[in-house]
Amino acid sequence: MLSVSGLCTEYVGEHGQTIRAAHEVSFEVPQGKLFTLLGPSGCGKTTTLRSIAGLERPRSGEITVGGATIYSSMKNIFIPPNRRGLGMVFQSYAIWPHMTVFENAAFPLQVGKKSLPRQRIRERVLRVLKVVSLDEMAEREATKLSGGQQQRLALARALVMEPPLLLLDEPLSNLDAKLRERMRFELKRLQRELGITTVYVTHDQSEALALSHSIAVMNAGRIEQLGSPREIYERPHNQFVADFIGTTNFIQGTVRAAGNGFYRIESEVGELKVSGVDPLQAGARVTISVRPEDIRLSEARPEGGNVLQGTVQTKVFLGESVDFEVKVASRTLLSRAHPSLGTRVGHPIHLSLDPEKCVALKEE
Amino acid sequence: MSTVTTARAPAARLPRLAFDPKWLIIGACVLVTVYLGIVPLGFLLWQSFFTPQSAAKAAEFTFGNYRQAYASAETWVLFWNSVKFATGTAILAFIIGTLLAWMNERTNTPFKALFFALSLIPLVIPGILFTVSWILLGSPKIGLINLALQKLFSTDAVFVNVYSMWGMIWVDALHYSPMAFLLMTAAFRAMDPALEESAVMSGASVGQVVYRVTLPLVWPAIFATLLILFVRAIESFEVPALLGLPVGIQVFTSAIYQAVHRYPSQVGLAAAYAVTLLLITTLGVYFQSRLSSRGNKYATMTGKGFRPRQIDLGGWRYVAVAVFLLYFFFIVVLPFAVLLWSSFQRFYSVPSLEAIQRMTLDPYRTILSYPSLWRSVWNSLALALGCATIIMLVTSVICWIVVKTRLPGRWLLDNIASLPMVFPGIVLGLSIMILYLYVPIGVYGTIWILLIAYVTRFLPYGLRYNTTSMLQIHKELEESAAMSGASWATTFRRIILPLLKPGLVAGWIYIMIVSIRELSSSILLYSPGNEVLSILIWELWENGQYVELSALGVMFIIALFVLVMLAQWVGSKFGIKES
Repeated sequence: MLSVSGLCTEYVGEHGQTIRAAHEVSFEVPQGKLFTLLGPSGCGKTTTLRSIAGLERPRSGEITVGGATIYSSMKNIFIPPNRRGLGMVFQSYAIWPHMTVFENAAFPLQVGKKSLPRQRIRERVLRVLKVVSLDEMAEREATKLSGGQQQRLALARALVMEPPLLLLDEPLSNLDAKLRERMRFELKRLQRELGITTVYVTHDQSEALALSHSIAVMNAGRIEQLGSPREIYERPHNQFVADFIGTTNFIQGTVRAAGNGFYRIESEVGELKVSGVDPLQAGARVTISVRPEDIRLSEARPEGGNVLQGTVQTKVFLGESVDFEVKVASRTLLSRAHPSLGTRVGHPIHLSLDPEKCVALKEE
Repeated sequence: MSTVTTARAPAARLPRLAFDPKWLIIGACVLVTVYLGIVPLGFLLWQSFFTPQSAAKAAEFTFGNYRQAYASAETWVLFWNSVKFATGTAILAFIIGTLLAWMNERTNTPFKALFFALSLIPLVIPGILFTVSWILLGSPKIGLINLALQKLFSTDAVFVNVYSMWGMIWVDALHYSPMAFLLMTAAFRAMDPALEESAVMSGASVGQVVYRVTLPLVWPAIFATLLILFVRAIESFEVPALLGLPVGIQVFTSAIYQAVHRYPSQVGLAAAYAVTLLLITTLGVYFQSRLSSRGNKYATMTGKGFRPRQIDLGGWRYVAVAVFLLYFFFIVVLPFAVLLWSSFQRFYSVPSLEAIQRMTLDPYRTILSYPSLWRSVWNSLALALGCATIIMLVTSVICWIVVKTRLPGRWLLDNIASLPMVFPGIVLGLSIMILYLYVPIGVYGTIWILLIAYVTRFLPYGLRYNTTSMLQIHKELEESAAMSGASWATTFRRIILPLLKPGLVAGWIYIMIVSIRELSSSILLYSPGNEVLSILIWELWENGQYVELSALGVMFIIALFVLVMLAQWVGSKFGIKES
């Protein structure tokens, strides 16, 4: 449906210097799927989205939507944003304050080359307002809407043209935490029901994991890893991805031996059996990533391998769980445990690491 | 076949120049701005180095104008007069304005609401009427103040004489004091009292606080205010022309006027004077803007208004009120009262029982049936409406380019559009006069030349009003229109212009007001049949028709008052957000 290949975008900064915002970005989004560009601020995710929208003019690359080329540096094609017919929701929602709810949503049908009869516009606007449950408020001043309602109106305005592709630029970041969580479900339900192909930009990893069919993690203008939410979370390709998505412990080590998908690592906390993404040679320096919830704690020594011993250093009670900082050899590892575990600070404890969940990453 | 494709390949790489109608509008606005801002200046410079062109003789290059201007001792007198006048005005206006600002901001003087009415006065009372009313008050022969005091002490002595350097300074300083008040109010507000308070907490004495904290902090603001007042004073035309010329005190502005109106007129000499004056104002504005931007570094604007500690004046409060009321009396009550009084007289005379019995509406009758009155009113209104509309629309596009695009050279466009700011009115009038004398496109001697002058002169105001609003429009509001499929023109018409409305309307009314009162450019450009209201007042003065002038002045002031109130109401209704 959407195909981006070799996209490079630069812009001129405040002091005239060239800033390379996106570099060799390539990905495909199949029909009806929700694709997320995830990364810290300044990683180029918004620039990539704006290049698809046509609000930014890339240096090179090619973008096609549904087989039609909307940008190609080779063929010298650049369709301006107002002729691309894509729907977009902006971070600030960009609701026009001088129009009513209805006028805002009707605008895309009134401008450009389309000339729809008034009655037809009315029908379509009311239908789309109903989809986002704003049909009751059609005649209200747009500025009188709450944050969540404005967000839904922005979505309605993007959908009213029935675009082939919907672009969402951090649409939930301006909402408070409670509302954000609710809108997350709402957005997911709408996208799945309408089956509209969507590109979603966010810096919030939990949002990305909750909504997406697939995710591209970006850093410094490049895509670091592309995959399903589960792949990204459980099998990060490198330290950046492991660190950016959720919390993780990094343990340094050297590969001792490899065999049937697992590696034996001589690490700074002792010998560990771990899995790996890239093929690794014996003797290679690696960093092992293991998530706090994948380190099981127990006072009695458990059966099996990959068991370490340490001392509880700090405890933080979080309600649904307790975070333990455990000193093992020269390192401190973070582990998330059930609140029923009551080991005191300063007491010894055992840590058990599932080899499947420990991922060895090549040293960068 | 393959050779054809390879031959074409490089051409295809060039960006295709797809024609977009938006470039027509943008291009037209940029052209208008550049033309208005640059071309008259070029002609002024050119003229100052050439002899006048006539049917018999073509213009020749010469330094004669400058030689004539600078070789004579008169010019040094002229220069010295200008500096004396402008410096005196700046200092006096600064003292009055600062005192009032300090009283309003940092003391518990009563009647504070009245202070801000002050900021509207210079808008309501045009310079020429203010000057005329002070002649009626302070002239040695017919001035009411002299006549009243002479009667009181039964002498023939002249107590005050506005036809003097001090008289000129007094009237002009009073006229510009509200401006000083506003500038110094802003300076007082920008200063966080916590800076002074923390100095006090560090153990500094009052003297040390003032010397080591307060003064270094407000110094840029003080100097910038003085500079801007100096520039305004050296540009002012009405006061030097009406008060200085009759007694032979010349400054640059009045000298330019005289050089043009002499027979044969010496446009080259006027241009040489104008270039000098322009140099002075440019330097002044340049240093003032440098100081202001440095001042911003010191300014502790937090956005949140802090309530500074106010000094309790105790019994001195009544003195403060008395000072304020006296000032109010001088700047509003007396000038308006004297105009009102003389507008009901058949001949100008001193108030007395006898004169009260002679009160009549005749001046109003005369002026309302005055042959050129209605034409002038119509011209003034048409010009004000036309120039306000053109300016606001053109500057909205210019402002969009400057604020919203990343086009190279947009800062230059901004500066060109602001350039007329440094032109004194009479210098601008002279430049435009020269331009259309030499470029015979049928503009000279018509009302269009006034329109061009007004649009040029007030372009910077439009730019400023639009910039304030434009900065508040989030970029995404425009981008979402583009994503909805709207073209640039549609976006501009349906999104940008409606969102600019508060600034557009406020700027539009403000430009209406200032262009209705415009005199110093119009005086060189009008021609019989194309008079505007301020020119009509000027002519009435020259003809000695004081009572008719007063009647017209009273009606003019009332009309301007209504306009200003309307502007205030619109401003509060659509509210340019100050958050």
